[in-house]
Amino acid sequence: MEEVIDKKSNTFKRAKNKGTLRLFLDNLVRDKLALTGAILIMLFLIVAIFGDVIAPYDVEEMHRDSSGEIKKVEKPSSDHWFGTTNYGRDVYSQVIAGTRTAMIVGGLAAILVTLAGTTIGIVSGYFGGWIDSLLMRIVDIFYAIPFIPFVIVLVALMKPSLWNVILAVSLLSWRTVARLVRSQVLSVSQRPFIKAARVSGASNGRIMFKYILPNVVPIALLEMAFMVNYAITAEASIAFLGFGDPDATSWGQIIHYAFINGYSREAWWWIAPPGIAIVLLLVSVFFVARSLEEVVNPRLRKR
Amino acid sequence: MSMYVIRRIFSMLITLFIISTIIFLMFRLMPGDPTASMVDPSIPPEAREQIIERLGLNDSYFVQYTKFMQNLVQFDFGDSFYYKTSALSVLRDKLGATVILMIAAMVLAYGIGVFGGAWMAWRRGSVGESIAITIALIFRSAPTFWVGIMAIYIFSVLLGWLPHSGMRSSGYEAENLFQTFFSLDFLKHLILPTVVAAIYFLATPLLMMRNTMLEVLGEDFIEMARAKGLTERRVLFNHAARNALLPVVTAGALFIGSAIGGQVLIEYVFSWPGLGREMVLAAQRHDYPLAQASFIIMAALIMIMNLVADLLYAYLDPRISYK
Repeated sequence: MEEVIDKKSNTFKRAKNKGTLRLFLDNLVRDKLALTGAILIMLFLIVAIFGDVIAPYDVEEMHRDSSGEIKKVEKPSSDHWFGTTNYGRDVYSQVIAGTRTAMIVGGLAAILVTLAGTTIGIVSGYFGGWIDSLLMRIVDIFYAIPFIPFVIVLVALMKPSLWNVILAVSLLSWRTVARLVRSQVLSVSQRPFIKAARVSGASNGRIMFKYILPNVVPIALLEMAFMVNYAITAEASIAFLGFGDPDATSWGQIIHYAFINGYSREAWWWIAPPGIAIVLLLVSVFFVARSLEEVVNPRLRKR
Repeated sequence: MSMYVIRRIFSMLITLFIISTIIFLMFRLMPGDPTASMVDPSIPPEAREQIIERLGLNDSYFVQYTKFMQNLVQFDFGDSFYYKTSALSVLRDKLGATVILMIAAMVLAYGIGVFGGAWMAWRRGSVGESIAITIALIFRSAPTFWVGIMAIYIFSVLLGWLPHSGMRSSGYEAENLFQTFFSLDFLKHLILPTVVAAIYFLATPLLMMRNTMLEVLGEDFIEMARAKGLTERRVLFNHAARNALLPVVTAGALFIGSAIGGQVLIEYVFSWPGLGREMVLAAQRHDYPLAQASFIIMAALIMIMNLVADLLYAYLDPRISYK
C-alpha cells in the first residue's frame, strides 16, 4: 500500500516540479525584462568567476605616469576605464574584483538563510502546537531587531571578515523565509496526500522532507532570490560604513574609501561604477524573481 | 480593547527583555577581553582595574546580568567612553533629529506612493505602468548610501542648490527649540536626506497600493459605482482608493519600524546628527556602551511602531476583533 502511494505521489511531484520549471522558463522567454535580467546575472557570474583574467590590473597596484608620479584620482582614460583612486589604483579592476565578493556573499547567505528558514518553517508548520508557538515567538523577536544596526554591532564586536558578515546577515534574515514557508506548509498539510501518507505509516521526517518540501520549494526559491539582494545590499552597507573585510575588495568598500578620504564630492568616476553595478545586479534579480513569482502565485499571471 | 492593549504592551516588554538579554550576551561572550567592551582600554591599568572592580566586571555573569537589567529598568545605559557622560544624555538629543527626518521621508514616500499606486492599478498593463514598476524596483535596488552620495554630488557640488550635510549651517544658533526645527535653514538641510530616504521607502507603498487597488477594483461595489454613472476619477479615488488604503496605512506603521534601521546609512552619509549616525560612530570608536544603548533604543522604537500598527489596524478596520 505504502509503495503505491509513494510511487503515485512521486510521479505527481515530479510532474509538478517539471511544470514549475517549464512555466518559469516559458515566462522568462515571454517576459523581456526578466530575460534581460537573466542574461545580466549570467554576465555578472562570468565576471565573478573569471575576474582575474578580465581585470586589466591588480587591485593593489599603484599606477604611475611616465614621470613616475602616482596617478592620483585621475579621470577615466583609455588606460583606466573608470579612472584611478587616491593611491593610483585602477577603479575598473576593483569593480571587477568586487563582483566576486558580492556573488559569494549573496549566494552563500541566501543559501544559508533559505536552508535554515525552510527547515524551521516546515517543522513549525508541520508539528504545530507548542513547537509552532515557540518558533513563531522566536521569529517575532527577531522581527523586532533592527537589521543593519544588529549587523554593525555583531561585526564590530567580532573580527571584520567576509564570513562574519555572511553569518550576521544570515542570523537575522531567516525569519522572513520561516514565516512564509510555515504558512505554505499549513495549507499543504491539509491536502489529502499528506493524510494518506500519515495513515499508511510514513514517519514525520519522511512526510516533511519527501512530501511537503517539494511543495514549498518554489516559494523558498523565490525568497532566496530576494535574500540574494538583501545580503548583497547588507554587505555593501557594512563595507561602506567601514566594518567590512579589509582584505576583500567589495563594491561597498570602494565607495567607503572614496567617502572617508573625501573624494566622494569630486571623483564621480570612483563613486558611480560600483553603485551602478549593484543596481544592475539587484534589478536583474528582481526581474527574474518577478517572473518566478508569477509561476508561484498564479493570481499574478496576466489575464 | 483595553485588555488587548495591555496584553500587547506586556508581550512587547517581554520581547524587549529578551532582546536586551541577547545584547548582554553578545557583548560579554564575544571572543577577546570582554572588559575591553565595557571599560575604556585607553586609560591606565590601575585606574582601569578600579573601574572594572567598581562596575563589577569580575563578578559572575549572573550577578552582572541582574545588575545590567536593574540599570536598564532605570534607563541607565552606562557611560559613553567617548563623550564621558551617560549614554542616555548623548542619545536623547539625537532621537528628535532621527524621528523628524523619518517622518518627513515617510510622508513624502506615502504621498507619492498612494497616488502613484492607485494610478498604476488604473493603468494596468500600460507602458506607463511598466515604466513605473521598473523605476520603483531601481529605487529599491539602489543602495541608499550610494544614492545619497550621488545626490550630494549632483545637487550640492555641481548645482550648488542645497547644503551637503548636517542639520544646520555652522555658526547658526537657534534661539529656541521651535527655531531649531522650523527655520528655513533647517528645512534646506532636510530636503536632500528626506528625498533620498523617500526614494528608498517609495517602492513599498507604491507596489502595495497598486496590488490592493487591483483587488478592490474587482469588487462588486466598484461595478455598482460605475453602473451609477460616476466619473472614473470619482470611482477611483472616492470608492476604490479609500478601501485600498487600509492595509497600506498599517503596513506603513510596520515599515517605519524597519526603516529606522535603514536610516542609519542616510544619517551617516548626510552627517545628520541622529541616532543611527551616533551608533555608527560609536561602533567605529569602539564606544560599546553607547552602541549598546542606541541599539536597545532602536529596538524599542521598532516595537512601539509595531504596536501602533496593530492598534491602528484594529481601529481602522471594524471587522477586526480584539482577542
